[in-house]
Amino acid sequence: MPITATVNGVRQSCNAPPEMPLLWVLRDTLGLTGTKYGCGIGLCGACTVHVDGAATRACLAPLSSVGGKQVTTIEGLSPDGTHPVQRAWQAEDVAQCGYCQPGQIMAAAALLAKQPNPSDEDIAAALVGNLCRCGTYQRIVAAVRRAARLQKGEALAR
Amino acid sequence: MITKVSRREFLAGAAVAGATLTLGCHFEADAGRLIAADAPTLAPNAFLTIQSDGRILITVNKTEMGQGVRTALPMLVAEELDADWSQVAAETASFDPSKYGFQRTGGSGSIRGAWEPLRRTGATARAMLVEAAARRWNVPAAECRTSNSFVIHPTEAAKKLGYGELVADAAALPVPDAKAVKLKEPKDFKLIGQRVARYDNPAIVTGRAVYGLDVRLPGMRFATLLHPPAFGGKAKQVDDGAAKAVPGVEKVLLTDRGVAVVATNTWAAFEGAKKLRVTWDDGPNAALSSAAIRAMFAEKAKAPGDAARQDGDFEAAFAKAAKTLEAEYEAPFLHHATLEPQNCTARVTAERCEIWAPTQFPNFVMDEARRITGLDAGRIKIHVTLLGGGFGRRIEADYAADAIEVAKRLDGAPVQVTWTREEDMRQGWYRPASLHIVKGGLSPDGQPVALLHRLVAPSILGQRQSDGGKGVDRGAMSGIATMPYSVPNFRAEYVRANTGVPIGFWRAVFDSQNAFVQESFLDELAHAAKADPVAFRLRLLDKSPRLKNALEIAANAADWGKPLPKGRARGVAAHASFGAFCAQVAEVSVEDDALRVHRIVCAMDVGTVINPSQVEAQIEGSIAFALSAALYGAMTIEKGRVVQSNFNDYPLLRVSEMPKVDIHLVKGAEAPSGAGEPALPPTAPAVCNALFALTGKRIRRLPIELDA
Repeated sequence: MPITATVNGVRQSCNAPPEMPLLWVLRDTLGLTGTKYGCGIGLCGACTVHVDGAATRACLAPLSSVGGKQVTTIEGLSPDGTHPVQRAWQAEDVAQCGYCQPGQIMAAAALLAKQPNPSDEDIAAALVGNLCRCGTYQRIVAAVRRAARLQKGEALAR
Repeated sequence: MITKVSRREFLAGAAVAGATLTLGCHFEADAGRLIAADAPTLAPNAFLTIQSDGRILITVNKTEMGQGVRTALPMLVAEELDADWSQVAAETASFDPSKYGFQRTGGSGSIRGAWEPLRRTGATARAMLVEAAARRWNVPAAECRTSNSFVIHPTEAAKKLGYGELVADAAALPVPDAKAVKLKEPKDFKLIGQRVARYDNPAIVTGRAVYGLDVRLPGMRFATLLHPPAFGGKAKQVDDGAAKAVPGVEKVLLTDRGVAVVATNTWAAFEGAKKLRVTWDDGPNAALSSAAIRAMFAEKAKAPGDAARQDGDFEAAFAKAAKTLEAEYEAPFLHHATLEPQNCTARVTAERCEIWAPTQFPNFVMDEARRITGLDAGRIKIHVTLLGGGFGRRIEADYAADAIEVAKRLDGAPVQVTWTREEDMRQGWYRPASLHIVKGGLSPDGQPVALLHRLVAPSILGQRQSDGGKGVDRGAMSGIATMPYSVPNFRAEYVRANTGVPIGFWRAVFDSQNAFVQESFLDELAHAAKADPVAFRLRLLDKSPRLKNALEIAANAADWGKPLPKGRARGVAAHASFGAFCAQVAEVSVEDDALRVHRIVCAMDVGTVINPSQVEAQIEGSIAFALSAALYGAMTIEKGRVVQSNFNDYPLLRVSEMPKVDIHLVKGAEAPSGAGEPALPPTAPAVCNALFALTGKRIRRLPIELDA
């Protein structure tokens, strides 16, 4: 029995085993390689995606757990890379190797969706599970603050 | 911040191509999309192509691993070309030393190596474009100037031609001698010194950036390997029944390096590998342990080593000193822990081998490909992908050997080999462990008059030689043999102590522990002399004015000597490496029995700064890397194998632990030094010296243990 979920707005039916982690369905079945493998045990956050809007470790989420749900990956965060978090990440020149950044960005976007004015403690709490071996943390925090300002500006403009 | 179009946008707009001025090669796969096959080209070197639509492609012969080479190297060309930066695209060179020269990326050497030749490449093309315009206008070339991808004749306003319009004419001209073209005076730089945004930003924030793990090919298989857990071990017997029963698993292969599971997806391969029952022969290192290695180091430390430097007479001065100190310091094996685990993709047929490798050193990948396939280099193609971190780990090519070996047995099907995090951690080339004997003597007025630093450590290059190597390992003595302080009687010694643990290059490698020891012990001497640690150092740095200057800047910026809130203390350290001069002041506290690093003030002199945003990024990154090591880093060896397995037992610094990093780049006109590593060595000693100032506890063994 195939499992059906909406991935980046597109309905996808998948025949993979129900216990197969979402991470590998995304990467190896659907070809969405923006979601990264880092540790496989939920300790690095490189595989962070949104499931019904909540930041979720795709390496720990079995395919069966996303049946009927909305999955958003870094490729689907915005149509053209202009989500406030994506713009802030470029403006702060955050990325070094960049491998962890899709996960960082998805975690930050989920935070700002539910908490538009996060304190530095809120930011640290939301991103503490996302490792960056290159050490871009200082810029990550600055970028989340900037994204919050951008988001506020957009809300005012609407 | 200057931003620009992404390469994808560049390529999308590049479908229409006419004449092309190629200062370089015939681009293969990628270039075919850029230039028309019949376009005129000109090739004084392989790094620059200018199209008739004004677009400029710069080929980067170093690997992008987060240090920003795909931004900084094009900046060097674009500066002297006076190019419109928004029209510049970057491309990573595939492996071809005949075109691209030495393609190893490491040792903080990319900018140092490219500084002159890439600027000359830009200047050469600029001279040709100017000449082409001058001929068209029938004016002397000397009267023309260039700006933002235009040649301009200033006396008559109408005379202005875009580079694209001049490509065909310029391509027909002789190529001037690159060594003879005139380079700009630094005061005329427009791009160098600017905060230019990373070229790969748009691809990274949208998930389009392609790392080794993201290579996807039609018909590709996914594989993983179990390697012998003990160093130098071998698979003796494999029961693969349960592994083959995992849905998606297609094959189990015994290779020279381990046992491979080939499947239709990575997860099936991982699940299959979990179900393998392998009997290992643990080989010659089965009894190796951290304790045994430490005991061996301690035994070897008793005898003097080979002198790497000798100033005056240490023994005599030490014997006469008014006050003497002796200490032993230790540093553990460390892992790179690149966030992208080791991986590689390959396709092998009887005639050809094609490899997509996240590598810092494609030469080693080529060596493995030739050895395993028996093909000539001309039949082997190596693409270099983006790296999800390098730090020296990807100078090795073991992951590529895995992919090539497996691919060779799949009848031409491409295969991506991905190591699990656990394999990545246990199959490393670790930062060498070391033991240090240090002795110092002070004069009656508290001046250091005698200093000995004896390093006991394995040799990275020596361990790869059949005899283990002999004499001083210069790399291992980096930072010790070059000790910058004026101490009249100083001896630097190296004691070779090879172990069975595979070791390799790591961020700043031996400078990391050597600076920890040197700067901690200097702090010990300063305290013994009842001197201020900054003033004590400054007095000894007259022969290293750039390091002295960095130290003064860092100390001032950190308010050295001024009061701090109760429970906080500062520590200082300075170190010169990779051509750069770096000083740091750390501010720490101990809260709930845990060390907290609040702030690091860093002053660094890298000479000319190409891109401040990226030099600062490298400083932030080096400090974070150093803190992961100082607070947590240790690979423990038991029964000839690594104990740690994942980020639960090999923790890395997290966002909540990142100190505020205040950076002061020293303005210098000197040629640029390296920048990716030199900010790492001072961090651990600055933190440990601050901890001493706070608690009186001297840390002589890393990682830091407060209750040890």
